[in-house]
Amino acid sequence: MNEITRQLRERAKQLLQEGTVDCVIGYAQGSVPMQEQPFFAYTPEEADKLVWTGFCTNNLANFLIKRSGKNAVVAQGCVSRNIVGLIKENQVQRENVYILGVHSPGMIDAHKVQNHFPGKTIVQVEEDGKDIVVQGMDFEERLPRKKFKRDNCFTCTHRNAVLYDEFIGEEGPQTGGGKIDNVAAPWEKLDSDQRWEAFEQTFKDCIRCYACRNVCPLCYCDVCFVDENNPQWVGKSLHEPDVYTFHILRAFHCAGRCTDCGACESACPVGIKMRRLTSKIEKDIRQLYGYQPGLDLETPAPLSLYQPNDPDVAE
Amino acid sequence: MHDKIIAKKDLDSFVRSLAQSRDVFAPVRDKASMGWAQIDSADNLEFDFLNTDFSPKAFFFPQNERLMHFTNSSRDEDGMIMEEEPPRDREQVLLNIRPCDAKAFCVLDLVFCQDENAPDVYWKDKRDKTVLIGLACKAPCPTCFCTSVNCGPHHEEGLDMLLVDLGEDLLARPLTDKGQELAADLQDAPQEAVDQAAGQKKASEEAITSTVDMSKINERPVLEEYEHPYFDRVFEACINCGTCTFYCPTCHCFDIQDETQDEFGHRVRNWDTCMSWLFTHHTSGHNPRGTKKDRVRQRFMHKFKYMPIKLGGAIGCVGCGRCTRKCPVNIDVRTVVNSMNE
Repeated sequence: MNEITRQLRERAKQLLQEGTVDCVIGYAQGSVPMQEQPFFAYTPEEADKLVWTGFCTNNLANFLIKRSGKNAVVAQGCVSRNIVGLIKENQVQRENVYILGVHSPGMIDAHKVQNHFPGKTIVQVEEDGKDIVVQGMDFEERLPRKKFKRDNCFTCTHRNAVLYDEFIGEEGPQTGGGKIDNVAAPWEKLDSDQRWEAFEQTFKDCIRCYACRNVCPLCYCDVCFVDENNPQWVGKSLHEPDVYTFHILRAFHCAGRCTDCGACESACPVGIKMRRLTSKIEKDIRQLYGYQPGLDLETPAPLSLYQPNDPDVAE
Repeated sequence: MHDKIIAKKDLDSFVRSLAQSRDVFAPVRDKASMGWAQIDSADNLEFDFLNTDFSPKAFFFPQNERLMHFTNSSRDEDGMIMEEEPPRDREQVLLNIRPCDAKAFCVLDLVFCQDENAPDVYWKDKRDKTVLIGLACKAPCPTCFCTSVNCGPHHEEGLDMLLVDLGEDLLARPLTDKGQELAADLQDAPQEAVDQAAGQKKASEEAITSTVDMSKINERPVLEEYEHPYFDRVFEACINCGTCTFYCPTCHCFDIQDETQDEFGHRVRNWDTCMSWLFTHHTSGHNPRGTKKDRVRQRFMHKFKYMPIKLGGAIGCVGCGRCTRKCPVNIDVRTVVNSMNE
């Protein structure tokens, strides 16, 4: 058991025992490799199931929406930024959430690991310092952890929780090392026809399961526009215009709100790289408005506010 | 019917002869994923794979299927009148289909063809015109539990022929008239090949170590199971995405929509999912499965309680493990069923 897991369990137990919170939302060890499960501990005994590993890829802020009682939640940088966003958007009350801040080691991309072993069955993956040890039905291989991190964790700007009631473990390096503005750079080199082609290629495998939407803490509308049926804005089949409309509208809906947590890409069963679309939007928000979502509770989100000196990007 | 033998080096001519008058599909690797693709030779055939990422249910029940079409004009004499889609004009072969996926079709037959006088014509047309040639599992995945749900790595139900990979040769076991017809030109298998296949069957079954227990679920009255306290917790992590239902070979819920564009319109049947609140939302505004708990419970109760009651004991699960492998929040069907059984 790693040190963070040990401390997390200890504090969760205390919080539940004292009655400070009704529930601690964290992760439990998953039943399949590279897949920890969002877990809700209501009793000190249940707190013993909590873990903190590099496979905690769902965004737990998502589970705070419409939840009653007082909940503690385990939050690394991106998740804490989403909690800030949800508080600002009145989906979560600050006094009803107790944030257990953590430092993110950068999460592992299960798609990348699986793609490294085409056709092989992975039985177990364990973290060992800077490595991951992958065991299969008939093989074992030690790989550098860094190479298999999720793309968004390379360009992370806030690996430590930005808002918390207490911090579990030590704060660590704040950035993932990669330059976030470079993520959008490949798109910017393309003309509009090429961009469309790249976009179509990126989203061609979508099966419209909506895991990306449902795992995202930004997608909390009571009725999503793709579910509206009076009028029905979007067709229900895999007809390309309908699939593309869903992804484009969702990306724009997240403009200035997306924390680049990567949960959408981790949840996608077919491995679609949604960030290819969101990266350019988020870069525009950073450059035009000087704004990064979820860093504080005061600054209003740029697209929820009109100012006479808003930048004009009509050209 | 006698077991036959076919050398892998002769497989190409076997596939080519199949493809002469039929569309032949088989699992083919595309980088890290295994998908179904049309083939006309044995060039890309693989024998060492777990299973296809997606189940083959879309061959009979496509994610989007046009049922009828119409001219979208009330002024046109023929406008707004539904015209049916033509039936399949060729037979098709699904080669190297896993026994669990073939078994899943038998479960779905009980749904789509439960009334022999009024079957689902779209499902039945494609089923009748398809030959299923299975490939027995040599190395089941750790998430497989087919042996607990009336299935197995060498299960024969639903197949026209079962192939067992013996290394350089394949044992070909015809199981139906269709299968026998295809195997007519093959040589009878020697006894040692038959024995080798039997040994492999035993080894594969023993390799499946994960199990689910249904004894109590079967005995317990519906409402008692429905009110099982376990359901108060299992839904918590679920994000209601429906990935499990899309990958499942036996999930079969659908929604029918009329879509129009300019002068053309069609009636299309799309996969739907009990995970979606909209699926059971009534026009009145009432939703009998209005909460996430209701929807998650429905998925498991449907497969492991309602279907066995309604369909003469048939379980709505073949143990392929796809839902567990693909679930973004690690809801493991084995854990759920074993907990329902407590």
